[in-house]
Amino acid sequence: MGKYYWNEYQKTIADDNYFYERSCIRQTFFPGSETAFLRIIKEVLGKNIYDEENQHTCTGIGYHTDVVPLETTMTVVARLFSLMKDAGYENYVPSCVTSFGVFSEMIEIWNHQPETLEKTREYLRKATGREFDIPKNLVHPSDIIYKFRHELKEKMKYSLVNRFTGKPLQIVEHIGCHYAKIFPEKGVGKAEFPHVLAGMIESWGGEVLDYPERRHCCGFGFRHYLVQENRGYSIANTKKKFESMEPFEPDFIVANCPGCAMFMDKWQYTIAEIENKTYDKDGYGIPVLTYEEMAGLLLGYDPWELGLQLHQIQSEILLDKIGIPYNPKEKYKGASGKILPKPERPNHLLV
Amino acid sequence: MKKIAVIGAGPAGIEAASALAIQNMEVLLFEKSSNTLTNILDKAFLFPDFSLANDMVDKLNKKLLHQNITLHVGTEIVDIKQEGHEWKIIDKKGMSYIVAAVLLSTGYTPFDAKRKEELGYGIYNGVLTSLDLEKMIKYNHIENSMGEKPKRIVFLQCVGSRDEKSGNNYCSKICCVTAVKQAIEVKKLLPDTEVYIFYMDLRMWGQSFEEMYRESQEKYDVCYVRGRISEAAATFDKKIQFKAEDTLVGLPLKMNTDLLVLMVGMEASCGTKQLAEKLSIKGEYGFAQSLHIHLQDNETTSKGLFIAGSCKRPMGINETIADARSAALAVIEHLNANLSSNENVINKK
Repeated sequence: MGKYYWNEYQKTIADDNYFYERSCIRQTFFPGSETAFLRIIKEVLGKNIYDEENQHTCTGIGYHTDVVPLETTMTVVARLFSLMKDAGYENYVPSCVTSFGVFSEMIEIWNHQPETLEKTREYLRKATGREFDIPKNLVHPSDIIYKFRHELKEKMKYSLVNRFTGKPLQIVEHIGCHYAKIFPEKGVGKAEFPHVLAGMIESWGGEVLDYPERRHCCGFGFRHYLVQENRGYSIANTKKKFESMEPFEPDFIVANCPGCAMFMDKWQYTIAEIENKTYDKDGYGIPVLTYEEMAGLLLGYDPWELGLQLHQIQSEILLDKIGIPYNPKEKYKGASGKILPKPERPNHLLV
Repeated sequence: MKKIAVIGAGPAGIEAASALAIQNMEVLLFEKSSNTLTNILDKAFLFPDFSLANDMVDKLNKKLLHQNITLHVGTEIVDIKQEGHEWKIIDKKGMSYIVAAVLLSTGYTPFDAKRKEELGYGIYNGVLTSLDLEKMIKYNHIENSMGEKPKRIVFLQCVGSRDEKSGNNYCSKICCVTAVKQAIEVKKLLPDTEVYIFYMDLRMWGQSFEEMYRESQEKYDVCYVRGRISEAAATFDKKIQFKAEDTLVGLPLKMNTDLLVLMVGMEASCGTKQLAEKLSIKGEYGFAQSLHIHLQDNETTSKGLFIAGSCKRPMGINETIADARSAALAVIEHLNANLSSNENVINKK
């Protein structure tokens, strides 16, 4: 097999001076990821990134479930862009893949329909008295990590190699649907063989697993999840992916979308509860990392500071494979220094 | 003796050259490749009669032995200019030739299946094109990516044809019947192999095509599924898993196969595109444009410049041969008309 397509398509990714917009849900599920990204950009790469305190939702989830009308989404997006304008930035970096898709879509509509752009300017003016500019460069944070993956490798303490066998870790990469499936040319490597996470894995010593359901949705699929009666569809999607990747025995999964990382992590617990089934050999499940967590771990960040203990699937087996040290006693130590109560043990999934 | 340049030594170029030579014209036949008939060389059998492709190649090549034909292989024509009633042909090495008329028969190129990334050609060993399979049939060596006899082969029609995503809205015309032909050939060689053909609609337009289609089902048990395949990927045991929709049943499906054969369509060849552009006869999708599709289908907007075969649009070999003969006739009529008008001028003087 020669996956030469994965490198073929590249996009423009700004070098420096980024305006960062956080995700609505990531800080709950992966509390260390966004902080790790900011640390990597500022401390490791020495770049300038602005973390605006007045930011807000992009409306993505509401937009995709038809709760928020298009015009409202456009105006809310315009307000976020106005914050970037006020801060003096031109390169917009939304932490969430859904936001990235929403921004890409709004910009595309404005580019095709100048009259809609004017209307949006008018709505924003009337609602807030603000003005906005369309970003010169809109990229996802995973694009930036991808762009500087070789520079980061030079500063990494660990690599994606199993220290017991000396072989590359076998890694499933999962790209959020809204990263490149809506606008293929806006994703590194386009939609079918996106290189954004594969590039990081390859550069940092791991091997990408190409399993049959690689392109399949993680199971989030807004409506499938948000309408409780439809959640069977959601978990069925996730199950399909896990069944497909199981024979390849992945060491872990890495994702660049909040929903994907969350669902592929949490549904493993649910499937184990329903069917007493896990997709690894030993019953612990397959760890799911965000790309910031993956990069942070290899750079030597403390796993508990990265928030890995808050994942459903615990990461000690993976940390041992890579050779990353951790202190089990501090796993549930809070920011105040106080040891927090341990989460309840699942019935079937081992932790 | 009038000198004619024929550019492209495929079936159209050879047949037209032969017809012109028989009519006492001197023909300079140029071929970019080092061989003639490159698009047929690797074919096993031809539809609809399952005749040997090699026989066709031999018969056509024999026509080139005519004393009035000079074949220039490995000669790429890069420029063609009209100079009064004559044409100047220039090859890549800078050699020029003056001729009375030019016949463009630069043909087609198969669609590059790598452009349909989602189908995995060039990525997964079990994904082939119809050209790859034809070679396997020719050498009686059909095997899966593990080197074993395939238990199941699936054909997918319309790869690079009738497909807006790849920029080709047109039908390539020969793929439907080629898949039926290849499916029968596979079943003859490997009777126990399951064969499926995924199609949008089957266009059995030619003589005996419908009968072949019926025979493939009744005698060879080829299974037809109406639906397009959306994506393909390799499984752990090196099979190809694909997803499709059976549009007659109205349900999505997922299947595994040893080999997925992509029926690639026809695109204007590079030579066709370049020369048609230069000569201002570029039509839709880069094919050469004739003056009138019904009445002057070998003539162009430039007098003395003619086109034949699949440089105009997708066509099969039998149509190509007929079209080439029609083009030869158009060239002769043009030259005779020129001759008589020249004689009139001389008489008046």
